[in-house]
Amino acid sequence: MSGRLRLYDIAHARAGDKGDTSNVCVFAYEPKHYPLLVRALTPERLRAAFPALLRGPVRVFPLPQLSGVNLVMENALEGGVNASLNLDGHGKSWSFLLLSLEVEAED
Amino acid sequence: MLGCGAGFASDRLDAAVALVERVRLDWLILECLGERTLAFAHRDRRADPNRGFDPLLERRMRALLPLCAARGVRFLSNMGAANPRAAAQATVRIARELGLLGLRVAVLLGDEVTEALAPDTPLWEGGRLADRGPPLAANAYLGCAELLAALATGAEVVLTGRVADPSLFLAPMIARFGWRLDDWDRLAAGTLIGHLLECGMQVTGGYFADPGKKEVPDLARCGFPYAEVAPDGTAVITKTPGSGGRVDARTVKEQLFYEVHDPARYVTPDVVADFTRVQITEIGPDRVQISGARGYPRPPQLKVTIGFDGGYLAEAEISYAGPNAAARARLARAILSERMRAVHGYEGPLRIDLIGLRALHATALPEPEEGEDVRLRAALRAPEREWGELLAWEVEALLTCGPAGGGGFRSRIVPQVTTASASLPRERVRSEVVVFAA
Repeated sequence: MSGRLRLYDIAHARAGDKGDTSNVCVFAYEPKHYPLLVRALTPERLRAAFPALLRGPVRVFPLPQLSGVNLVMENALEGGVNASLNLDGHGKSWSFLLLSLEVEAED
Repeated sequence: MLGCGAGFASDRLDAAVALVERVRLDWLILECLGERTLAFAHRDRRADPNRGFDPLLERRMRALLPLCAARGVRFLSNMGAANPRAAAQATVRIARELGLLGLRVAVLLGDEVTEALAPDTPLWEGGRLADRGPPLAANAYLGCAELLAALATGAEVVLTGRVADPSLFLAPMIARFGWRLDDWDRLAAGTLIGHLLECGMQVTGGYFADPGKKEVPDLARCGFPYAEVAPDGTAVITKTPGSGGRVDARTVKEQLFYEVHDPARYVTPDVVADFTRVQITEIGPDRVQISGARGYPRPPQLKVTIGFDGGYLAEAEISYAGPNAAARARLARAILSERMRAVHGYEGPLRIDLIGLRALHATALPEPEEGEDVRLRAALRAPEREWGELLAWEVEALLTCGPAGGGGFRSRIVPQVTTASASLPRERVRSEVVVFAA
């Protein structure tokens, strides 16, 4: 299989917030797609995809035994629920924002 | 057996009743206290010294206390919020009205540490306490070391203010199994169980369903979770029999890292837990076994949340639909921006989204051209209510002064609180347990 596919087609995710830091954990439905996740969700790729939103450091914690990664994105909530004017001040929908990313599939 | 009967302030009540009715619980635990919830509660208490606890306390107690009393289920909750003593007194009054004479309510006091913080206390967000203006209140996250004293009274009901959420679940396990407070692996195992249960239905199919991808049966009647905990700290996570929802490896995985940063260092007042080697095993329908958390010594300092007056958040909305709706909504946005900035000289934060084109993800993604049902939503924050009133006025004025076909105007202006965090040495906290009887 090759070509581009959306992360949404191979993974599920959940978003949480603490202050102005968003964390999104992303899991491949099938373990064989875990390497794709790791390749797609690097700090560089994420910041390049959403430069106006992700204004701080991004850390990626790999969770190989669960076929997932935990992303921790600082200054990524437009000030957080204390200051954001976004309807979604908690960034609950950031999970689906990340799942909208496309990845290059090749195996 | 530990059941969760609320995972946040507005959680459902009928599902908590079903949990107590259908499962032989030892403890029913209700987690109802977010950071901002507590700051608002402090404001309520300032307005009325008999308030400042969970506004739903009376309804929850009336529905749950008789069931818990009849079944011998002990009840533990942080519904005390900013005024645990008043919450306990209200509970005693309700218990008397329900005929539950003799019922005892233990209340844990001492989390409020406003007086213990010096003006030069450094904030985690940067700067010092004095820079942010006078705090509404400051509360330390107490843990099992303090909570166990309340459980040891034997009271049927235990109420607290600010306690770390997983500690509400860990303390009953420590009391039951006699774990030592430096048995870090056991404490981490119990913290893992508490972390999975503390958000209620987020582990039983809530905040999870995605039609066509992640199906959840009967989500309208989703069940609350409970845990069957073994003395070694392994547990089975499951849910109310006969309820909707789902417990499987995926719902548990998603919740395992919910609001977790470094998975190897999940910090609570009781332990530093490492979740990186957690084993998640489906052992039956809606039954997931968890094990494998590791623990390290607890931190010397407690986290403190400080609440401040946050001025006002104002929001105002108006809609455009049908042919060329997107262009009319964009014109309305341009007019509103010019009115607020150029005509009225407002220089503070202002955001105008076009719901139906791009709103929640507007900062991250470009706005699509087309849309046939578009809602303009404007928002600002200001220390003065007047700017909010002006925004609402200007959006309403678009009805007759703006583009064609605008309708459905609504507005709201709500007081805000903001929060910051700081650290406090444990020895600065003096906790106390008081028992009331019905």
